[in-house]
Amino acid sequence: MTATDKLLIVEGLSKAYPGVKANDAVSFSVAPGEVHALLGENGAGKSTLVKMIYGLVAPDQGRMVLAGAPYAPADPHAARMAGVAMVFQHFSLFEALNVAENVALGMENPPPMRQLAARIRQVSQTYGLPLDPARIVGDLSAGERQRVEIIRCLLQEPRLLIMDEPTSVLTPQEVEILFGTLRKLSAEGTAILYISHKLEEIRSLCDQATILRGGRVVATCVPAERTARELAEMMVGAELKLTDRAGRQAGAVVLRVTGLSLPPATPFGPSLKEVTFDLRAGEVLGIGGVAGNGQEELLAALSGERPGRPGTVLLEGADIAALGPNARRARGLLAAPEERLGHAAAPDMSLTENAILTGTVRKPLTRKGFLDMGAARAFAREVISAFDVRTPGPEVAARALSGGNLQKFVIGREVLQSPRVLVVNQPTWGVDAAASAAIRQALLDLAAQGAAVIVISQDLDELMEIADRFAALNEGRLSAPRPTAALTLEEVGLMLGGAHGMKPVEGMA
Amino acid sequence: MIRLERRAVPSRLWTVATPVAAVLATMVAGGILFAALGKNPAEAIRMIFWDPLFGPNASYFRGQLLVKAGPLILIAAGLAVGFRAGVWNIGAEGQYIMGAIAGAGVALAAYPAESPMIFPAMVLAGALGGWAWAMIPAVLKARFGTSEILVSLMMVYVAQNLLAYMAFGPMKNPQGFGFPGSRNLQQYPSAHNPELIAGTGMHWGVVAAFVAVIGTYVLMHRHIAGFRIRVAGDAPKAARFAGVVPGRLIAFCLGLSGALAGLAGLFEVAGPSGQITDSFNAGYGFTAIIVAFLGRLHPVGILLAGLLMALTYIGGDLAQLMLRLPAAAIQAFQGMLLFFLLGFDLLTNFRIRLGRARA
Repeated sequence: MTATDKLLIVEGLSKAYPGVKANDAVSFSVAPGEVHALLGENGAGKSTLVKMIYGLVAPDQGRMVLAGAPYAPADPHAARMAGVAMVFQHFSLFEALNVAENVALGMENPPPMRQLAARIRQVSQTYGLPLDPARIVGDLSAGERQRVEIIRCLLQEPRLLIMDEPTSVLTPQEVEILFGTLRKLSAEGTAILYISHKLEEIRSLCDQATILRGGRVVATCVPAERTARELAEMMVGAELKLTDRAGRQAGAVVLRVTGLSLPPATPFGPSLKEVTFDLRAGEVLGIGGVAGNGQEELLAALSGERPGRPGTVLLEGADIAALGPNARRARGLLAAPEERLGHAAAPDMSLTENAILTGTVRKPLTRKGFLDMGAARAFAREVISAFDVRTPGPEVAARALSGGNLQKFVIGREVLQSPRVLVVNQPTWGVDAAASAAIRQALLDLAAQGAAVIVISQDLDELMEIADRFAALNEGRLSAPRPTAALTLEEVGLMLGGAHGMKPVEGMA
Repeated sequence: MIRLERRAVPSRLWTVATPVAAVLATMVAGGILFAALGKNPAEAIRMIFWDPLFGPNASYFRGQLLVKAGPLILIAAGLAVGFRAGVWNIGAEGQYIMGAIAGAGVALAAYPAESPMIFPAMVLAGALGGWAWAMIPAVLKARFGTSEILVSLMMVYVAQNLLAYMAFGPMKNPQGFGFPGSRNLQQYPSAHNPELIAGTGMHWGVVAAFVAVIGTYVLMHRHIAGFRIRVAGDAPKAARFAGVVPGRLIAFCLGLSGALAGLAGLFEVAGPSGQITDSFNAGYGFTAIIVAFLGRLHPVGILLAGLLMALTYIGGDLAQLMLRLPAAAIQAFQGMLLFFLLGFDLLTNFRIRLGRARA
């Protein structure tokens, strides 16, 4: 293929932010109809790169060519006019409006509502994305919300579609629907730039891959010709250790949750409905499910941030349902919430202070209520060294750490307090491969020492890797846990509620 | 083009330099204001900042400095605790009034008996009066989610009317020849809050202010309770995770600042002011908000800021008297200080870049 056959050519793009070179002379090209993967750990520069292509960030150096013409979009509007569309990882939708209204809000020149609804139906049918234009977005699943964003892009008939981590919120069945759509688009000649951490997906979907590390292109390859492990090692630049899950035995029941229900905190927020399960010492229980199905609520109900009805949560036989977070910590029930900055850690406070945040109950960090800063600093240092947190020291503010490093600190802070039960929500979300492996190993080691661990995660591969039993959280209901050894990915998908909205909608079939 | 770029970490230099820069900018802008009023700006600035300390009659004014700074520091120390937690008590003025009414009420009820227990009882009543007045917005917020900013502010006007009612009605001096206002507590030995060291202006309220500075410092920087208050201001969700109960936090912050404001009112009515009148309150409760922010919500900063604001009060009075500056010009001058402080505050978290926008 010669250069003129390419749809997009990127040559020597560089972008520096204060203190970091996000992109350093990045070059690659995408042909029409090609599904091109951008691979790399967090902070490798993928986001900056696509932001430059979509006109959100102006490059310091380098140039781009789109369909043979020089391309330098000043803003996303210019990028859309040139035929470049993007589906973001985080949706920008109004929950109180319906699908068609949301689509209209994102368009340059929206047609009248009736006409738009007809076009949404037509596009959703053509590309196999079931979606009713009249439904309120607040009632849609994450997968359906993503379809709203995709259809909004497709209505502009783009030549290049950029997708940032599109499958992180989808069930396996929904992923298949999405891949069907993407393959159809690619067959019609639309080029797709696909960002993901999920290597198996990339192997099955993408024609080409460009691998970034530290802002530079370190390799290009055909993903199907490589193993997932080889791809991961190219991303990390080092050999990966496999997690070791040997040496564990399930003991007595330590945590018994019976009929735990919570009302929604916000109008469109999820609730918990009659959640019931037992957890044994030395066991890792994996709770899967698409975000927004009650994960945050379940963590809050277990951590004590949202106390429940008496008798719904028993820790080693004692009713702790009415107790707050610190009383639960005292009894050995610890938690690490999903949102690292602002929930698990206070952003502007130092790591030492963040060690105090949850550490005062089980560690001697206070004397008669007065802070022992020396002991707190020592505890923060202990977490930093035991969990290989990359930071100049414990006096650094939490928000100055990268996501992966802060996550290691947050998990480490709880693990080193020797919990009886540890509940973690999305422990490796947005964390790079090496740090993820370390966190998973730490959770397994904790279980091997006799603690019970609950891992709430969207990453099914992760749960299959470390959990002994698996349960799915769907619309606030928890399925009965089943041993992971006997489960297939297919069955897991069905437990998660299959593909949301797969039933044909009236007026569409 | 000028644009702002967020700093990765707040600048330590600007955290300290902001108050100084704000004072300097206030001097410049205030000078322009005074010049526009047809006064000599250099003379006005000198009269406000220099003469009370080093000019003629400075020995009198120096004593006044502590008299004015005492209530400002006492109130601001309490307010700052709440502000750190994101609990905005704007109604310290009302709590100050209620502290004075409650404390004076104890004294007037005991009159003319003499006992060493009367003054301590007044102190207790003053603190309780301010605390109770502050609990109204606290309970309303915890129960119904009302804004403590609006409720505490509106309660100031209720307190002011109650003050006028007291001065003209139940607390009016029966031997006052029909003039409004209570008995003068300065002439009631058991209730009087005297100058402790002659010529310094030091009275029990100033002592209380110093104790409050030390106490809030220990609370906020050495104790787990203060730590949780700081977390609540920085990251409310993290505070809940750390076991903070929002209702209790609101009650503690409003209650503490209310009690300290009430104490300030009590020491004022038993000391420098001497009696309950309808014009008893002098705006200390509002000025203390400026003092709290000027002092970076830090106890030691508040101590310095309180002294500075007291200086502008005294110097402002002096300038009013000597240069016939209108009182509003002095208030505008003090307001500028907060305005410039908040403006310069931007520089702690952002840096200014000149040049074409590139993002």
